[in-house]
Amino acid sequence: MSWLPALAVAGLVTFAIRLSFILLLGKVELPPIVTHALRFVPPAVLSAIVFPELLVRDGALDLRPGNLRLVAGVVAALVAWRTRNVVLTIAVGMAVLWTLQALA
Amino acid sequence: MSIASPRSAQGREFLAGCRDELPILLGVAPFGMIYGLLALGAGLPALTAQAMSSVVFAGSAQFIATQLIREGTPAVVLVVTVFVVNLRHALYSASVAPRLKHLGTGWKVLLAYLLTDEAYAVAASRYARDGDRPDVAPHLHWYFLGAGVTLWAAWQASTAAGVFLGAAVPRSWSLDFTLALTFIALVIPALKDVAAAAAAIAAGLLAVMVVGLPYKLGLVLAALVGILVGLFVDARRA
Repeated sequence: MSWLPALAVAGLVTFAIRLSFILLLGKVELPPIVTHALRFVPPAVLSAIVFPELLVRDGALDLRPGNLRLVAGVVAALVAWRTRNVVLTIAVGMAVLWTLQALA
Repeated sequence: MSIASPRSAQGREFLAGCRDELPILLGVAPFGMIYGLLALGAGLPALTAQAMSSVVFAGSAQFIATQLIREGTPAVVLVVTVFVVNLRHALYSASVAPRLKHLGTGWKVLLAYLLTDEAYAVAASRYARDGDRPDVAPHLHWYFLGAGVTLWAAWQASTAAGVFLGAAVPRSWSLDFTLALTFIALVIPALKDVAAAAAAIAAGLLAVMVVGLPYKLGLVLAALVGILVGLFVDARRA
């Protein structure tokens, strides 16, 4: 199946969001609760993706040290926390994963 | 930069916008390449992967869409997820709207299309600096355009580079893991206070618990609950 139609709709939705207030000339205000809630969108969505990526293997929770992605992910999180550098975080995370895979 | 200085104020502003966007490209270009790699890895044809970069043109939404495509999520969930992830752009739209009020619809449509995180960041800081200067303000949309077009071109080119390299990279390199790492790198700086951290932890833990839900509904559910937890913690502390 082709993903193009779905991506076209996703693109239109994105564009509509970006155009919304520009077209409404700032006459309409977002309710404060919505403005406030938008602040939590990035942390909530991103960690809802990251946690299962690191903690779930083959459909089950895996907290063992043998879960290499978890180990590499925790190291990467420390790098991200200390440096706030996206490229460095990816580089260190991959280096840790590859090293552990080579040793395993 | 020693680009021949154009006579018009519009041309000057356009080039200034291009120039000020350049440092951000250092972070954006690897991101675009990784997206290109992942999109191919998720099974998208090269042209579709490239098309997403111009049709959706939103980094984190494209990464998430790629993840959903890899897992065979229904199209409706993909669209809803992209909507939720890109809702923050409504804030940017509201923020620049007063500055673009004097422009025609064509300009508004064009600048809205280019309103990414990175173009917004550069344009908004310029508006904050010079938006009220009567000599400069009428031309600042050219600056916005320069920043936006530069980012757009870099995003398309880096996507193409990733798509091109993607075919040559074997699966054993685990490059799909760069996706999770990218999200880690993006989420950590977003944890600015207790409320944001609570939102992230609640959403993450719930996502693990409901990972068995069909159609990736767990992601949307977990994100919504995380947002509510963030609001709740914030209200308690206020």
